[in-house]
Parts: sequence; structure tokens; C-alpha cells
Amino acid sequence: MSENKDRQKSQAPQGPRMGRGGPPGSGMMRPPEKAKDFKGTLKRLVGYIKPYKITLFFVVVFAILSTVFSIISPRVMGMITTHLYEGVVDSDTGISMEYVVRFIILLGGLYLLSAVFSYIQQYLISGVSQKLVYDLRKELNNKLQRLPLKFFDSKTTGEILSRATNDVDVISNTLQQSVTSVIVSIFTLVGILVMMILISPIITLVTIITIPLSILLTKNIAKRSQKYFADQAKSLGELNGHIEETYTGHITVKAFGNEKKVIEEFESINSQLYTHSYKSQFISGIIMPLMQLISSLGYVIVSVVGGIYVINGRLPIGDIQAFIQYSRQFNQPIMQLAEVINTFQSTVASAERVFELLDEEEEKKDIEDSIILAEPKGNVRFDRVKFGYSKDNILIDEMNIEVKSGQTVAIVGPTGAGKTTLVNLLMRFYELDGGKITIDNIPTTEMTRHNLRAMFGMVLQDTWLFNGTIKENIAYGKDDVTEDDIYRAAKLAQGDHFIRTLPQGYETMLNEEASNISQGQKQLLTIARAILADPNILILDEATSNVDTRTEQLIQKGMEELMKGRTSFVIAHRLSTIKNADVILVMNEGKIIEKGNHNQLLEDKGFYAELYNSQFVA
Amino acid sequence: MIRLMRFLKPYWLEVVGVLILTLFGVFSELFLPRLMGNIVDRGIATGDINYIYRTGFLMLLIAVLGTIATVYSRYLSATSASAYGRDLRGAVFAKVQDFTLNEFDKMGTSSMITRTTNDINQMQQVTIMSMRMMVRAPFMLIGGLIMAITTNLELSKVLLIAAPILIGVITLVGYKGFPLFKEIQKKIDGLNKVLREELTGIRVIRAFNKTSYEEKRFNVANRSLTDTALKVARLMALMMPLLSLILNFTIIGVIWYGSGLISRLDLEVGGLMAFIQYVSQIMFSLIMVSMIFVTIPRASASATRINEVLDLETEIIDGTDFSNDKIKGELEFRDVGFSYQGAESPAVCNISFKTSLGRTTAIIGGTGSGKTTLLNLIMRFYDVSEGEILLNGENIKDLKQEELRKHFGLVSQKPLLFTGSIRDNIRFGNDDATDDEIIEALKISQIYDFVKQNEKGLDYVLAQGGKNLSGGQKQRLSIARALVRKPEIYLFDDSFSALDFKTDRMVRDNLKKVTEDSAIVIIAQRVSTIRDADNIIVLDEGKIVGQGRHEDLVKNCDVYREIVLSQLGEEALK
Repeated sequence: MSENKDRQKSQAPQGPRMGRGGPPGSGMMRPPEKAKDFKGTLKRLVGYIKPYKITLFFVVVFAILSTVFSIISPRVMGMITTHLYEGVVDSDTGISMEYVVRFIILLGGLYLLSAVFSYIQQYLISGVSQKLVYDLRKELNNKLQRLPLKFFDSKTTGEILSRATNDVDVISNTLQQSVTSVIVSIFTLVGILVMMILISPIITLVTIITIPLSILLTKNIAKRSQKYFADQAKSLGELNGHIEETYTGHITVKAFGNEKKVIEEFESINSQLYTHSYKSQFISGIIMPLMQLISSLGYVIVSVVGGIYVINGRLPIGDIQAFIQYSRQFNQPIMQLAEVINTFQSTVASAERVFELLDEEEEKKDIEDSIILAEPKGNVRFDRVKFGYSKDNILIDEMNIEVKSGQTVAIVGPTGAGKTTLVNLLMRFYELDGGKITIDNIPTTEMTRHNLRAMFGMVLQDTWLFNGTIKENIAYGKDDVTEDDIYRAAKLAQGDHFIRTLPQGYETMLNEEASNISQGQKQLLTIARAILADPNILILDEATSNVDTRTEQLIQKGMEELMKGRTSFVIAHRLSTIKNADVILVMNEGKIIEKGNHNQLLEDKGFYAELYNSQFVA
Repeated sequence: MIRLMRFLKPYWLEVVGVLILTLFGVFSELFLPRLMGNIVDRGIATGDINYIYRTGFLMLLIAVLGTIATVYSRYLSATSASAYGRDLRGAVFAKVQDFTLNEFDKMGTSSMITRTTNDINQMQQVTIMSMRMMVRAPFMLIGGLIMAITTNLELSKVLLIAAPILIGVITLVGYKGFPLFKEIQKKIDGLNKVLREELTGIRVIRAFNKTSYEEKRFNVANRSLTDTALKVARLMALMMPLLSLILNFTIIGVIWYGSGLISRLDLEVGGLMAFIQYVSQIMFSLIMVSMIFVTIPRASASATRINEVLDLETEIIDGTDFSNDKIKGELEFRDVGFSYQGAESPAVCNISFKTSLGRTTAIIGGTGSGKTTLLNLIMRFYDVSEGEILLNGENIKDLKQEELRKHFGLVSQKPLLFTGSIRDNIRFGNDDATDDEIIEALKISQIYDFVKQNEKGLDYVLAQGGKNLSGGQKQRLSIARALVRKPEIYLFDDSFSALDFKTDRMVRDNLKKVTEDSAIVIIAQRVSTIRDADNIIVLDEGKIVGQGRHEDLVKNCDVYREIVLSQLGEEALK
């Protein structure tokens, strides 16, 4: 009972981390992913931004304005300092508080404007980026609804989820943070340089050595740390995989007495992780102090050279102060630019993955003049049907089946013989490679999918119940049902009894993995669901093999009632289920090798007979 | 969280080193503005160029030394934090290996996994952040204050106004932001959930034509998430400019007040310049300190979860004996009863039976009748609530668990393989198995052909625990794994259900030859699988309702008869 709880492997990604992306500078530490078609994807991505051209224009303008105001302020502050200094040195003129106050007001105004523009700009761009992300997500989801089942079977849930959530978030984060970051950084750098040159070209020249030094340092260290971070990610992945396996398989580990073995393996991966971890932490941790050193170098140079200039009267002291402030502001924009360049690559890679999804081939549309069968009788015919999941592996070839209305067809055979495939084709989850399937003599391709699928009732091996009440789950197939209809369906499916023993009965909320009821009970609910849908044609896919044999008997009784007058396809392992069928199709390796009812097939002494008899020989 | 610090203890030397070195680094950073102020006040004012050079050189020296100190402290913090993470992980993992099913039931497997991975990573991150930032920020704050006050006490009064305003704003933003952050996480989870359900249930959705319904669900979740995300983004947009505005206006206040002081000759210009830089450093460290308060709650949540694991004691106390093995293959249940924790009614009760070498004991019954529970009790994954289980005459509670399990070869209902080669996986049952023995086992399980197909053969690596294998293939591999163990008693838990009838027969026939010297306990749903067992135990709702051979049970046991009827039909009753 309890071993089944929480055995779900976490296939889905951890979920996006929105908002703060972590400590500053961390973006450039991770190795960037490379996109396959950088230019193309970039162009396409820009296309999504186009509708917001005007807003973005204002964003850019405000960002520039905000930067400009903040660049001017050190200069203004310098003027105040100069005045103060000269006021002290030359006690005749003294300090005019009026002058000081005037400039302080100017300074305050600049700061205020800068802050206001910065706020507006951020406000606007968050609106744009969120709207963009909303649209992208919606588009993705719409696309998913139009994709053929082929697509979903070929990818893991985790992969698809990752694109729809993680990748989309990366795009949104980049738009929100990096776009303005770039503008601000570039303008800050340029502005600072301009101001510095205006003060003194020579000191600027001297200080400017620090810029290439910073850039070189950043690049080198980033490269080194990327390698270590990649190693760390790998070790972490290995370790997490080991933990997941051994915890999920805890019984197996204990049953074979392998606790120590498993711990040893763990320790070895763990110590690898330790090495990669401290190395990457260390390397990424020294960027700050080293950049600080370079900045301090500049600081010292400016202090010394500037001091001399002031003594020689070549520069007012306020300018030196301003210069110092400017030189201290170098680091931030350089680091931000480096980070943006890095994340940008990953962003384009993410965008590429999203676009791949949007470009997937869609299901063939329903044809223009599709026929709608108002009252299907349920005569099903397979006419020279040919199909394979891949071109070089044809599973079904020249298959002909004729099923009259109300008959029960049992499909039997070893696993992988093509039985689930039949379901896929009947429901038009996959397209045929040749031949046609008709219902009441009308080819399924000429009907709307909606109409076609509404004719069928499916009970699958994989029960699919969602996070809702039992009532809602049973009624999933039909929109306008009364409570009595629901109870009746549940009774027929032999589920009514257990539902009423639950504390909240029909209002019981199934949790996300529907793990608060047993596997057998789940099956009963899905059977009730199918019964309620009242379809013309039933498909039962090994539906009853997880329910205990006594309950199965009861269900069978109910199902027999239900199957009266309805065409039914039963895929089963249990020969007892099959024995009462009108037609048995024996499949092996995709082909129908035998056809007939139970007694006939036994007389034929073929594959079916062998299968059946292997139960009885003692 | 403090309790977990004990894992950091072995590295106390490094931690102390980090503290001292950070202090030194901070000091050097703080001293530079003072020296620059000196250049202005003593050098420029007096026109002493030499003084300027000397001071400049001193500044350089201090900057370099400070950098060296900081770099070394980064190294020490990296090694000690990583070692802390490593040790913590190892301790948790080892602890979990001791756990039995009870503990896994209490916590849940996925929660256990998260605690060993995410939560510990969180702790490691926090530790390193602590040693980098959380040590630095307070030092910076205090040091900055000291420097500011020693530069000019009067001027420092400006801070008395500025600091509270700053703290107030941060608190306000945090107060509004915190619930929003939580909400966003919830909305993200909500959207993920809708998407995941869409993907896993795609067939059902399409079959029931519920596509537009699901689309609506998605759109609602999408809209909701976007609305919240927008709120958060706009709040954050406000925070940064607001904070820098406060900082800048504080500086303005300093300039204004400082100008007054200068005109009264209570302050020198260089001092003012230095002071302005101190103000920036102080305010900045205030912001950093407040971030500490943000990260601590998150970390302490993780710490609590980790401690829960470390504190959990397993209820199954290991025995101390080694088995004497005078008798072999005798497993006996004496009036055994068991209830899961918190369950109203017992899972099994009054169970009594005995196995012996060379005999097959079968257990059959419907879902939930208690079959797997019996196996779990045999393996002592749970302790019996009543009665006792004896192995070769000894109570299994007295034996060491390791000893006990050596006697068994288990093949579970849902076979679990691990990432690794086929050889490694089979060896999991017996470390000393030779390649020949492995191949032999694979042949008996009817899976050798499959292994041979692949050119790597035994070296073929099963990725992700055999994701690409069918249920039947995995089952056969796990049968082989039990075989190489050559156990005294085989335990087959519905191990043949994924095989079709033919393969089921073949494997069992093969097994018969090999297991002649062992005892077999087999749980099954199919009558055909257990029909020729020496002793069939029929379970119904946790009780034995029939025990004996097939022919007898068909006559005497109603439940058994019903099962046979539904599975094999009328003919089988004759």
C-alpha cells in the first residue's frame, strides 16, 4: 500500500525561478548555451518586440535621461566642494551658504529626476516583458492543442514543460533586466568617459589603463569559472540521480543488503562535487576583490596625480573629487555588460527552443465539408489499413477487419503486438499510412475529429484523473449531466460503494497525483466516466487488470450490460475477458494472424490455442 | 539552523580565518578614503608633494594587502562551505539508508529526495553567502560608522535621520513584497500543474473533446500569473530608484550640514570628501544587512527540514544475532498481525503458515488483501504488531537485519533497476557473481537473448534505471538479479504479471530446476502461476480464508473457487 506513494520520479523541471536572478555577476559565471541559428532566432525574437516599439522607445529615452542626470551630479557636487575649499583657503571670499544651497537644490533636482525616470522606465519595461511572456505562453499552449499525438509520444513531459515555462521565463527576465541594463551601462560608460575627459584628458588617459585590465580580468575569470560551474552542474546531476534512484528503490537496496555499497558510491560522487563546488565558488568569488583592486588602483592614481595638479593650480579640487567618483563608477557597467553578453546567448538559445516548438507540424485539419454522423450505429471497418510509427517500421499492413454494430471484439497478443496502435488509429490520434477506416461506411478522415471522438468511450490502462472532486472527474466526459446520472454511472461501474465509504464521498477532492485512492479505485472511476459519456463504441484497454478479481467480476457484469448493443473493442491480457467476445483478433508483430471466436480458434490449433493452453498444462 | 552548524565545526579554523581576513579587507577598504582625505587636508593644503606620494604609496600598499586578504578569505570560505555541504549531505544520505519503510511513509519519498538535494544546496549557498556577505556587511557597517564618527562627530548626526528612513523603506518594501513572492511561486506551480496535466492526459483530453475546456483553464492560470508577476516587477522597479534616492539625499544632507561646519572651521574639506564616501559605504551595508534578514527565513525552513531527517529515529531496532542456520529454509509465521500506522483496521491478522526447503508456498488474493504486506514483514521492513516471524527457528527481531536479508532473494512487484551496466545491476544481488554465473541467471530468466542482441552485452548501460526497457524485460532482469544471489528463500511478489503467459511458463519452468534446494514464496494474481504450488494461502481482507493445495481449495474455499472461476472459467473447476 504505502510503497506506491510518492514513487513519481520528478520528470518535470524544478520550475522557473522568477524575479531575482541571484547575486550580481552570477549570470556570467554559468557557461552560456549556444543557439544553433543565432541570427535567425534573434531576428524572430525581435519581431515579437516590434508591437511594443513605441513603449520601448520611451523606455530607451527615459533610461538615457536617467543616466545622463546621474552622470552630471558628481560634477555638480565637485563644484560645491571646490567652492568650499576655495572659501576656506581664501578667507576673504569665505563660503557663501547661498551658493552652496543653490547648488544643493540643483543636485537634489538631478537626483530626483534621475530616480523618477529610472522608475518610469523600469515600470514600462516590466509591462512590456510581462505582456510578451503572456502572449508567448498563450501561443505555445494553443500550439500544443493542435499538435498530433506523435509529438507528445516522442518527447518527455519534462522536456515540453521546460520549454513552456523555463525557456519562456528566461526570455522574459532578459527582456526586463538586460535590455535596460545594456542601455544604461553603455551610456554610463560613455558618459563617464566624456565627463572625465572634460575635466582632464591627461588624468583620464592615465586612469584608462584600468579599463582593459578590468575587461581582461572579467573575461578570463569568467571563462575559468564557467568550466568549473559546468563540472559542478554535472556532478550535481549525477548525485541527484543517484539519490533519486536509491531513495525510490530503497526497498531494493535494503532487500539486497546493499546499504554500504550505495553509500560508498554516494561518497565518491560527493567528494567530486566538493572539488568542483569549492573551485567554482572560489573563482567566482574573487572577481569582486580583484575588480576592487583595479578600481582602487585608479583611485590612488587619481588621488596622487590629481593632488599634484591641484597644488599646481591646474585643476580645482572639486574636479578631482568628481573624477574620483567617476572612476569608481567604472566597474559596475563593465560587469553588467559582461553578464548581459553571457545571458544573451542563453536567451537566444532558449528562444530557439521555444520557436522549435512553435514550428512543429500540426495535426491535419478536419476537411472542409466534413460529415457529421448524427446517429452512429457503430459498424466499424478497417480497409487495407497500413501504418507504422516510423517509415522503416511498418506495424500494420493490409489489415481488414469488419465489425458489425453491437459486436464485441477482443484483441489479443503478446505485448508490443500492435494492440494500442489500433486504438490510436481508431481515434485518429495518428494518421494512416495507407487504407482507410470507416464507421457506418463513412471514412473517419471525412468526419470532424470532434464528432469521431465523441462516438468513442475510452478506458485506458493509464487512468487519468485530475485535481478535482470525484464528481467532477466522473462528469468530465459530459457537460450537462444530473447528479443522478453520475450516481448511476458510478453504481454500474461498481464504484458507488467505495466512494460512499470515503469521508467526503462524491465531493472528495482527488489530490494532484490522485494518490489518495488506490489503483483499483481509480480504474473504477474511469470506468464510471466512460459509462456516463454513453458512447456508441467502447474501447477498453486492459482496463480491468489492476482491479482485484472479485471486483473485476462485478465490473464485467456491469460492462456486459453496457456493451449490449454497443460495438466494443477490448484489449486484454485476461483470457476470461476475451472468451465471451464475438470476434477475437489475434495479433502478433503488428499483423492479424488469426480471426474468429474462441471455439473456432481453439479448433484451429494455432497461436491463440497455444496461448490459451499454456494456462492449463500443469 | 544553528544546530546544523555542528557540521561546520571541524572547519572552525577556516571560519575564524575568514572572519579575521574579512575584517582586514574591510578595514583596508575603509581606510582608503581617510588617506585620500589626508592628501587633501595635509598634502594639497600645504603643497607637500612628497606627502602626497608617500600617502599614495601607502594607499596602494593597503589596497593590495586588503585584496590578498579578501582573496584568501574567499578561498577559505569556498572550501569550508563546500566541505560543510559535503559532510551534511553524506550524513543525511547515510541516515536515510538506515530508514525503513515506516520513515519513508512518514515523510514521503519525494520529500526525502528534496531534503537531501535542494534543501542541503540551499544551506550550502546560505553558508557561503554568510561567510562572504553576512560577515562583511556588519563589519562594513560598524567600521564605516566608526570612521565616520572619528572623522566628524557632529556630521554623523545626519545619519541618525537617514538610517531609520532607509530601514523604514526597506521594511515597507519587504512587507509588501514578501507575500507577493510567495504568491508568485504558488501561481507558477499552478501553471505548471495545468500544463503537466494537459501533457500527461493528452489522450483523454482529446478523446473527450475537452481541448477548449483545458485551454480556458490554462488561460486563467496564465492571466493570474501575469498579473501577480507584474505587481512584483513594478514593486521592484520602485525599490532601486527609491533606495538610491535616499542615499543621494543623505549625501546632500551631509554636504549641506558639512558646509556649515566647514565655514565654522569645525571640519576640513578633505574630511568632508572622506565622509561622503563613508556615508555611501554605510548605507550600502545597511541594505546588505537587511538582505540577510530575507535569506535567513528561507534558509531556516530548509534547515528545519534537514534536521527532521537527521532526528528521525527508525523504529526497527536491529537485532544482534547471526543466524545459526542449523535448519534451513524454514520461514514460519505464528499468528502474525500488522497494522499500518494510523490505520483503523489491521492490514493482516492471524497469519500462520510455514515454508520449507524445496517447497513452493503461494499467496493469492485480491488487491489490498495484504499480500505485499506479508513480504514486507518477512524482510522486516515493518515490524509485526502481533505474533512473531521465525527464520530457521529464530525470531527475526533477534537477528541482525543484514543477516536476515542475506537469506532472501526478493523480486518486487515493480522491478527497480539502477543506472549502470547490466552486469552491475545483476551484481547488485551478489557482488561476487562471475560473468558466467550472471549469464546463467539471464538465461534462466529468458532475458539473455535480449542482452546478447546489444553489442555491448553485459556492459550495456541502462540509462535512468532502464527507462527504455519494457515492464517484462525489467522484471526478467530483476529475477536474474535474485538468482545470482542463490538465496535460501526466494520471494516473488507478483513477478510474472508483466510477462505474457508463454514466457511466464518458461521462466517458471526454468526456475523450478534451479530452485530445487530453496524455498519459494510466491505472490500472484494469476491462478495459472501458482496452481501447482505445494501450499496455497488464500488471503481475503488480511485474513487467511483457505490454505492447501489447488484441488482441495477448489472444493473447500469459496473465495478461491470464485477466483478460479473468473480467471479460468468453468472448465477449470472440473
